[in-house]
Amino acid sequence: MNKQLELFLTFAKIGAFTLGGGYAMIPLIQREVAENKKWITDKDLLDVIAIAESTPGPIAINAATFIGNRVAGVSGAICATLGVVLPSFLVILAISYVFEAFKHIKAVEYAFWGIRAGVTALILKAFFTMFKQCRKDWLSILLMVLAFACVVFFKINAIFVILTCAVIGIISFQLRRTKE
Amino acid sequence: MTLLELFWTFFKIGLFTFGGGYAMLPLIQSEVIAHGWATTEEIVDFIAISESTPGPFAINISTFIGRTVGGIPGAFCSTFGVVLPSFLVILIVSHFFSKFKESKAVKGAMTGLRPAVVGLIASALLSVGMKVFIPSESLIAAFKEGFNRSTLNIFTEVLPLIISITLFIVSAVLAFKKKHPIMIICLSAVVGIITGYALGL
Repeated sequence: MNKQLELFLTFAKIGAFTLGGGYAMIPLIQREVAENKKWITDKDLLDVIAIAESTPGPIAINAATFIGNRVAGVSGAICATLGVVLPSFLVILAISYVFEAFKHIKAVEYAFWGIRAGVTALILKAFFTMFKQCRKDWLSILLMVLAFACVVFFKINAIFVILTCAVIGIISFQLRRTKE
Repeated sequence: MTLLELFWTFFKIGLFTFGGGYAMLPLIQSEVIAHGWATTEEIVDFIAISESTPGPFAINISTFIGRTVGGIPGAFCSTFGVVLPSFLVILIVSHFFSKFKESKAVKGAMTGLRPAVVGLIASALLSVGMKVFIPSESLIAAFKEGFNRSTLNIFTEVLPLIISITLFIVSAVLAFKKKHPIMIICLSAVVGIITGYALGL
């Protein structure tokens, strides 16, 4: 089988069988890509995760592009990324029609009324997880509070806030280094 | 025109989402909700769908919003838009991988980005919470008047609020005990259906 097709199929399998996405995908990527196909080593995978954390976008896309490119160049990257995207794309496309047809049924409305409270709890959990992983020096805490206040009280665009905080991060990092 | 707008909006979201998943929420709020493509409630409902279907939240939400706004071409444009930035960035980065890993600018940017994302998620949490738990106007009015029973319907206004706050607390406890999100979603759906029919909402 040619490499491109193999990449596409492997990542389509990964995309189709991970519920929820994100870090839930890592074990499956590890098994398929490192153990079965031996395209990369476990150490490489750790590098991919590290890169994914400091590059934009979902970790699944990052990993697919990186591994695809490593195995078969740009065409490999395209095939792997297409593979990981396609299952969710098709599933959600189908669901969007079903959801439209069913969302006005009383039972579905009631179910989502309950689900909203549950999802709010999931967002709370996500907030705490990210808060725990974040450094807690005075600058970090200040940026957290500032980012929060900018959006909530001053309705500043989130992208602007992210960019500004990245710039502040770079400047403070340089200042700290020159001090040392 | 709408197709181009879908592509561009999701391109921006893809380019500025660090941390994936829920870190997208603030960007979705400031870009998608601002466009009038979805309401906060619809986004929250969709999080539940996304947690229960395969693939990353980013792909799911862009496909869904794209489809509702611009049909299948819309779904294609927004999904392509959200994927493209990470695809290009990784292609570029993989060429000078070791330099990227040691880069001071990247490390510096991340020390600013991570706390920003935490603050932004907190703001998303607040606005979702306000939408989900906000009491109706008559409830607020009744509260000010010292609970004048004639203006207040216990079954359609007070009890639902108490139940949804309780459900939120129970879900949060389950989430922190690392129970699977799908289990929490199913539980809240069942509670929602029972409450809805029992109280005749």
